[in-house]
Amino acid sequence: MKQLRAKYASVLIVFTCTVMSAALADQRIVVQSTTSTKNSGLYHYILPLVKRDTGVTVHVVAVGTGAAIKNAMNCDGDVLLVHSRKREDKFVAEGYAKQRHDIMYNDYVIVGPQSDPAGIADLRNAATAFNKIAATKSTFVSRGDMSGTHSKEGALWHAASVLPDTSSAKWYRQTGSGMGATLNIAAGMAGYTLTDRATWTSFGNKADLDILVEGDKNLFNPYGVMLVSKDKCPTVNTKSGQAFIDWLLSDTGQTAISAFRVDDKQLFFAHAQQ
Amino acid sequence: MDFYCESLYQAFSLIISADAELAEVFWLSVKVSLTALLIACALGLPLGAFLAVHRFSGRGMLIGFINTLMGMPPVVIGLIVYLHLSRSGPLGWMGLLYTPTAMIIAQVILITPIIAALSCQIVEDLHEDYRDLFASLCVPSHVAILSYIYDARYSLLTVVLAGFGRAVSEVGAVIVVGGNIDHLTRVMTTTIALETSKGELEMALALGLILMVKALFINACGQRIKTTAQAKAYV
Repeated sequence: MKQLRAKYASVLIVFTCTVMSAALADQRIVVQSTTSTKNSGLYHYILPLVKRDTGVTVHVVAVGTGAAIKNAMNCDGDVLLVHSRKREDKFVAEGYAKQRHDIMYNDYVIVGPQSDPAGIADLRNAATAFNKIAATKSTFVSRGDMSGTHSKEGALWHAASVLPDTSSAKWYRQTGSGMGATLNIAAGMAGYTLTDRATWTSFGNKADLDILVEGDKNLFNPYGVMLVSKDKCPTVNTKSGQAFIDWLLSDTGQTAISAFRVDDKQLFFAHAQQ
Repeated sequence: MDFYCESLYQAFSLIISADAELAEVFWLSVKVSLTALLIACALGLPLGAFLAVHRFSGRGMLIGFINTLMGMPPVVIGLIVYLHLSRSGPLGWMGLLYTPTAMIIAQVILITPIIAALSCQIVEDLHEDYRDLFASLCVPSHVAILSYIYDARYSLLTVVLAGFGRAVSEVGAVIVVGGNIDHLTRVMTTTIALETSKGELEMALALGLILMVKALFINACGQRIKTTAQAKAYV
């Protein structure tokens, strides 16, 4: 009898745990996102606010934009927050999301060694700078990982009419890793690289590197957010995912994004279309 | 060499201030790897002993296969587990991706072959010595296996420690299946990877030092058990 009671008790406990975790799971979402937003500390700053206002617990998986989109297509995320406009539009066009929302922007910068062997400092045009780097065969460290930054870099090489892949392993080095790892390598090799400003500002191992080119309108870096479509992925937590997106687009969310600072510098500029 | 001093200083101040986030990451590391170790031992030790004692066709191939699995890169194991646990994969309905359970599964796959292969070797050596005696006493093979495991427990302790070391130190598999999510699946090694990618190299090294101290402590415990028990055995 005692044994039977213990059995019932354990069944009851397991049952309660399951129900409770199911209830909790309702409020949980996985956001597939980029390293730039995570490494800069943006999520660390806004997620407690999201939790406070909406009750939603957000789990962020930070990988390159390419990997994030791939994971979302595999239904391993409820929300996608990335920065590669073309591929975001493709994601929507293929029906993986109903709609893409602008949420914020910052810009890319070209960083390189202070000695500046290619002489690009203070150029206003990114493509010209890339041209000079190629012409002087100065070391350039590329992400090479299909991330948002990597595709922006590809577009800039295209604009500069340079095919850097043909110089692979000579002066053009592809790391195949995240922005931070790539910056570590650029610092180690005293090479040039393209980075988003958020990662750069919060990066701790700048060594001898400095911002050399900035302010070109081609270096604009917009971030978009999308709710993964239930039609493609039935397991998506639409309610909590939408609550998270609504919060980001709300005045509270937009103010919070703009208020986030590292070393007294604003890293992301809110620009949701109201 | 300033960075060593800086890292040591950071490691000490993290420990002394009992940093809450570090504690969380630390205990998750221990929890995930110990659970994986327990499961891997439950599977690997009997498997290794079974392979050592029994002769059957395909045994050599099976041992060769397990030995090959010992060399599997963690990131490949992570990838395979990811593809299975992904929502679009065959086990996606379980919703296990990006949970500590997924990390445990990956680590079990990682270290079971190590434990099986090493324990097979140890038990096989014992079996050479005792086979004839046990045969003459008509000892059934499952009893023989149990007595081998008991008899070789100190050598097997080293095997277990090797398995634990492999589990707790790998990053490739857990970062793929766990996603390095704050407060959920972030462990010591993935934190080190994250700090490195943030360029906080001293912090990353400080965490590495703490991880090494943990490994040292666990190995010391293992050593202690061994010497105490052996000393008692000769009283």
